[in-house]
Amino acid sequence: MSMDRRKFLKITGLSLAGLTIQPAFRLFSKPEQKRWAMVINLNACSKKDGCRDCIDACHRLHNVPDLANPKDEVKWIWNAPFERVFGGQGYTTLNEVLKNRSVLVLCNHCENPPCVKVCPTKATWKREDGIVMMDYHRCIGCRYCMAACPYGARSFNWKDPRPSINEINMDFPTRMKGVVEKCNFCEERLAKNLLPACVEACKEKGLIFGDLNATDSDVRKILKSKFSILRKPHLGTEPKVYYIL
Amino acid sequence: MHDTVKVITGITIFLILILFPLWYNGLTGKAAYVPELKVPVTEKQCVESTPYMKTRHMELLDKWKEVAVRQGVRTYVAKDGKIHTIGLTGTCIKCHSDKEGFCDKCHNYAGVKPHCWDCHNYPRVTAK
Repeated sequence: MSMDRRKFLKITGLSLAGLTIQPAFRLFSKPEQKRWAMVINLNACSKKDGCRDCIDACHRLHNVPDLANPKDEVKWIWNAPFERVFGGQGYTTLNEVLKNRSVLVLCNHCENPPCVKVCPTKATWKREDGIVMMDYHRCIGCRYCMAACPYGARSFNWKDPRPSINEINMDFPTRMKGVVEKCNFCEERLAKNLLPACVEACKEKGLIFGDLNATDSDVRKILKSKFSILRKPHLGTEPKVYYIL
Repeated sequence: MHDTVKVITGITIFLILILFPLWYNGLTGKAAYVPELKVPVTEKQCVESTPYMKTRHMELLDKWKEVAVRQGVRTYVAKDGKIHTIGLTGTCIKCHSDKEGFCDKCHNYAGVKPHCWDCHNYPRVTAK
């Protein structure tokens, strides 16, 4: 094939101009999505024995009923023994102090949420900012999501929760008998630029919340400087709640 | 065929009986009954015009629940340009605080049983 100098330069110029397409596209497209995540610093968390500040704040705000019978229990955020949270992940030789700690757990707002895949009515879905949301209007109470969640983060309302709520918070709906519920990362507070209630309630600053996509966010800073672990990472759900031991 | 009178009497009695609800309500004036609603005094205008709210509030609320929960849209721009916060308890019940005298009265009359209040709060729930 023969090509004169002029034609060669034209094609080269055009090809180079093509390289500007992607940056220009990015410049005019909407800003990068947020990706909410939480870091739980167990060293700060276990400073005070039996502290329930975050749990109480969350449950009061979201009208989570206080049911005595563990079979009926509804919970959004709670404490569980280390063995139950990180059991089977090869931490058997971990030191005794760590092993005897209770660990704060909540919905992990997974990147690949198994609960979302199984929901037949799309009552639970992943929002663009990564929050695994529930639409209680759509929940039919089939509890597939509870079976699918590897973290036991979901609770079922076996009875009308209203009589078991000490003081109903008027600003947040209660649930009804027959629906599943779970932590929503306080999406109603995030919409008002507030931090989740549990994060705000922790006096020890053991809970850190922020945007994983923003390099200067609190979560990114702490994840960069400290070693963190996830719950059941081998399942590929990619939790967005990180633990610092 | 000598039973014409008997047959016609029978049909008449049958019609009188089967149409009982119609003529009874018509004669006693019960058919003209319209529930009297306790309209809020704090505001003159609802989110949209009264005729619109009367006939289509359910459609509006259905849309609200969809956009607020699923799309994260928390404000509604009314036809008159006013911006309202989407919320059953926060917006509707703020004015219509007498749920029993407003919502229930009409819903009971129309035989409609919405599930809204199983979860959404209204003053009596919190005052239990």
